[in-house]
Amino acid sequence: MTMQFMLLFSRQGKLRLQKWYVPLSDKEKKKITRELVQTVLARKPKMCSFLEWRDLKIVYKRYASLYFCCAIEDQDNELITLEIIHRYVELLDKYFGSVCELDIIFNFEKAYFILDEFLLGGEAQETSKKNVLKAIEQADLLQEDAKVSAPSFFFHISSALTCMLYHRMSNGCPPTHGEESKCTNYVLQEAETPRSVLEEIGLT
Amino acid sequence: MPAVSKGDGMRGLAVFISDIRNCKSKEAEIKRINKELANIRSKFKGDKALDGYSKKKYVCKLLFIFLLGHDIDFGHMEAVNLLSSNKYTEKQIGYLFISVLVNSNSDLIRLINNAIKNDLASRNPTFMNLALHCIANVGSREMAEAFASEIPRILVAGDTMDSVKQSAALCLLRLNRSSPDLVPMGDWTARVVHLLNDQHLGVVTAASSLITTLAQKQPDDFKTSVSLAVTRLSRIVSSASIDLQDYTYYFVAAPWLSVKLLRLLQCYPPPEDAALRGRLTECLETILNKAQEPPKSKKVQHSNAKNAVLFEAISLIIHQDSEPTLLVRACNQLGQFLQHRETNLRYLALESMCTLASSEFSHEAVKTHIETVINALKTERDVSVRQRAVDLLYAMCDRSNAKQIVAEMLSYLETADYSIREEIVLKVAILAEKYAVDYTWYVDTILNLIRIAGDYVSEEVWYRVIQIVINRDDVQGYAAKTVFEALQAPACHENLVKVGGYILGEFGNLIAGDSRSSPLVQFNLLHSKFHLCSVPTRALLLSAYIKFINLFPEVKATIQDVLRSDSQLRNADVEIQQRAVEYLRLSCVASTDILATVLEEMPPFPERESSILAKLKKKKGPGNLPETNDSRRNGKVNGSTEPSEKMESSNQCFPSLFADLLPTNRPRPAPSSSIMPSAGTVVSTHPFTDVLNLNPAPSTGASLLIDVFSETSIEASTEMSEDSFHRFICKNNGVLYENHLLQIGLRSEYRQNLGRMYIFYGNKTSAQLLNFSSSVTSSDALKAQLNVQSKAVDPVIEGGAQVQQIINIECVSDFTDAPALNIQFRCSGTLQNISVKLPVMLNKFFQPTEMTSQDFFQRWKQLGDPRQEVQKIFKAKHPMDKDLTKSKIVGFGVALLDAVDPNNENFVGAGIIHTKNTQVGCLLRLEPNIQAQMYRLTLRTSRDTVSQRLCDLLAEQF
Repeated sequence: MTMQFMLLFSRQGKLRLQKWYVPLSDKEKKKITRELVQTVLARKPKMCSFLEWRDLKIVYKRYASLYFCCAIEDQDNELITLEIIHRYVELLDKYFGSVCELDIIFNFEKAYFILDEFLLGGEAQETSKKNVLKAIEQADLLQEDAKVSAPSFFFHISSALTCMLYHRMSNGCPPTHGEESKCTNYVLQEAETPRSVLEEIGLT
Repeated sequence: MPAVSKGDGMRGLAVFISDIRNCKSKEAEIKRINKELANIRSKFKGDKALDGYSKKKYVCKLLFIFLLGHDIDFGHMEAVNLLSSNKYTEKQIGYLFISVLVNSNSDLIRLINNAIKNDLASRNPTFMNLALHCIANVGSREMAEAFASEIPRILVAGDTMDSVKQSAALCLLRLNRSSPDLVPMGDWTARVVHLLNDQHLGVVTAASSLITTLAQKQPDDFKTSVSLAVTRLSRIVSSASIDLQDYTYYFVAAPWLSVKLLRLLQCYPPPEDAALRGRLTECLETILNKAQEPPKSKKVQHSNAKNAVLFEAISLIIHQDSEPTLLVRACNQLGQFLQHRETNLRYLALESMCTLASSEFSHEAVKTHIETVINALKTERDVSVRQRAVDLLYAMCDRSNAKQIVAEMLSYLETADYSIREEIVLKVAILAEKYAVDYTWYVDTILNLIRIAGDYVSEEVWYRVIQIVINRDDVQGYAAKTVFEALQAPACHENLVKVGGYILGEFGNLIAGDSRSSPLVQFNLLHSKFHLCSVPTRALLLSAYIKFINLFPEVKATIQDVLRSDSQLRNADVEIQQRAVEYLRLSCVASTDILATVLEEMPPFPERESSILAKLKKKKGPGNLPETNDSRRNGKVNGSTEPSEKMESSNQCFPSLFADLLPTNRPRPAPSSSIMPSAGTVVSTHPFTDVLNLNPAPSTGASLLIDVFSETSIEASTEMSEDSFHRFICKNNGVLYENHLLQIGLRSEYRQNLGRMYIFYGNKTSAQLLNFSSSVTSSDALKAQLNVQSKAVDPVIEGGAQVQQIINIECVSDFTDAPALNIQFRCSGTLQNISVKLPVMLNKFFQPTEMTSQDFFQRWKQLGDPRQEVQKIFKAKHPMDKDLTKSKIVGFGVALLDAVDPNNENFVGAGIIHTKNTQVGCLLRLEPNIQAQMYRLTLRTSRDTVSQRLCDLLAEQF
């Protein structure tokens, strides 16, 4: 089964992550994104997670304020794609610790790295959560090693700053573009995934 | 806060991202971005060498800006620098930038490839993975060229780390997809297959994707994968759920791998080896059994993963199509899902059943669910699910349930979503035609379609109903009656008016016996809709009216009044005006016999693929239709078998009303040559251009008009054109000559010994014709017999335009030869010469003479000198049609004398040839012999040369 592309976008229609597994022009990518965001956002909550679109099948699911949307080919398996989305969400959640939309905005490069470890060329590369996270952690370790020369307080400053920014977004400052208030919703806790999921899969 | 470091904290990046997010408006955001871009640009261009950290930060900012939807046209070089860094975090960002912003700059690609090459050779698995991910993400041709031979080596090398093998497998898969020609098969293929045996399930998962793709292209090379895949699958499905540790997902053992293995097996037929086959069947049974077990978890992830495997197993069962028990079990399982509370499962069950319906083993089992599916159509709240239900009903339809399914679809259509109406209309139209035993049901169904969803009934659908009604005479009366009744509705759809107009025009006579649908009632009914219709429909109705004139002479006057009214005759629309003018003239000048010929019932349409089916295929794409269904059960279309594959692929489309509804070998009821617009002033306007087909458009419809004039198709010729000469013996107007550049039309009038010819030169190209000249030349002998004077024409003919030349002719004495029309012009630099024999012949100067039988025979005897009579006996070259013969003799110029010859089958005519010097009385007699397909033609005139010439000319015509 081949995934053609994966899009993450917010309830307000803001694109948060895009991954294309087929060569397309930038223009075409923008057009597809616009069209799909519109189509998916127009659907009601109880509707089924699959739809035919052009000659592809779209599989999507909403987690908190984020929509995860994949395009697969005609012969591909919809349900397993739905679980690919879920596994990716689990990976993000485990890595960031109760992931929310802001994590993905501020650490988009990490979201890409995790996706590359999990899916490559549109195919599942490694479906074991442990193995994927191990690979990412190893890379992060290399990062720490490389930073030996950097001032040691630097990391703390940046963490504190990010933390402050989160805080400001969720409580203090008025939301910009009228969209930010939901960004801190924990992706795995909301929408179609009941809270109890977290307990069962041992995330909390 | 996060348990794991969220990165190495690029403070500048975080600040920039929050700045962007704090922007109050789109304009502010763009302003902030432009400021940042300027800043980064200056940093990159600055003299001071940037350190790795700054470079990484700026490249990340560029990436973020790009992901916001802005274009980025610089920074690639810096990203390549990062690639080559030996600091992991810089390298990683460099690769990310290149992966997201692919640039085909060749210098850059060379540098990137160089960095990738180094990383692949580094033996550092983390670096190797980064490089492989980059190749897989970009997948460009240049990369395939550089690495297609290297990657297989990495993949099968004994000392390669598992994670690198996984990346290498999928990297190779991507290259094989994007540039298959650059990925050669080799020794490695056999070893790749054995990766299915690998201990590491991650490696097996990645490898099975690669093998599936390769096996789809070269099944023979990967045959051994079948037994390995079955073994692997069997171990997975029989394992206890905890055996596979982290590859167990919500109590389901390795669902992704299972699905991939089942996909791989769909590349092959069922295994021939009995043991292997048994083992696979066992696996599939186990999967089906598990579906019946109580769930191990209430989580949707558990049931999704389990059912993902189940649906893939069902796909394999359908693909193998060989185990009836499995097929029926699969069908029953899907039947359960049809009523599942999960919308997703209902959707998938409907979709999967569609393919199951095409297997002969399970078709009947699928049919048992008809009520559930119909119920889904009525109650599902999600349109995409209802769409699936429509598809399934279409797929399960056969002769036994066609009436029920069509009825249900029709009733659903009343409330159906606009987005799927057109498709439902097409499906109903196809099913109704395919399974019609009784064509009255078919007609009713299509009329219902038009009533319920007229706007969604495409041309193909109503064309098709007309084709079928015309081809099947058992339904014509019923169709006429039904459309007549349907048209009674105060508001009916325009498509109904079209169908009604066409059918009543053809078959209105079949119901005219009933006083409630007398000719006048029919006409008034149609005409009451006329003013509400669009121009094309009005034009169609005008054709129906002229057909009425033929069918019902009693309404002729009424219809002529309608045609004559200013709203038709002077209609702003050219087509309407032209039809009104032509039909009115036709109804006035043509005898009932000619009318009956011109307006006779449409001949049957040639059998061809239903245009509706073609349309549905086009709409859905070939993969989505339950095609097997069509080819397997041979339904009857018009009494013939289903279109074959070959026919289907030819995919005939019908470009226009003319081309479709009119068989190409027959003219539409169109003007005969005698009803050309008479005034010279209209010559250069469009209607006339159209009649002469001087428009460059290559439509078949237009060429029909030529057929009316010529009866044989016109071929372009570069020689002196002789054949068109003969076509003008019995008529005065038409196309004299045509090639790809120029068309020459002709209209001529003769009065006694004088004639005037209008020649129209139409430029068929879009370029100018320059230095245009045309002259008429005669042989010396002819010059004495025939005076020809031509006026000069404009030397330039604009693209698509038409010019006219007038030629005056005087007949001095009788003649045999014909003048030549010589045309010269320059088109796109090339000089063109065309020479055509101008159709001026002796018979053009005939004056018909009416006479009684007694007079005729008296004169006949007077011309008894053997030299005065010329006789010819010849074989008929055309069908011996009495009416046609009559019209030709009249066209020849003599008066056709009725009741002169004692033999009713013979034709006699009389006329006088007027020349300046003398007048020559002519009598002719044509005796057909139908049995022998022969004619005897006798000419008697006072001059032997005239007799000879006239006999030669006329004999050519039969």
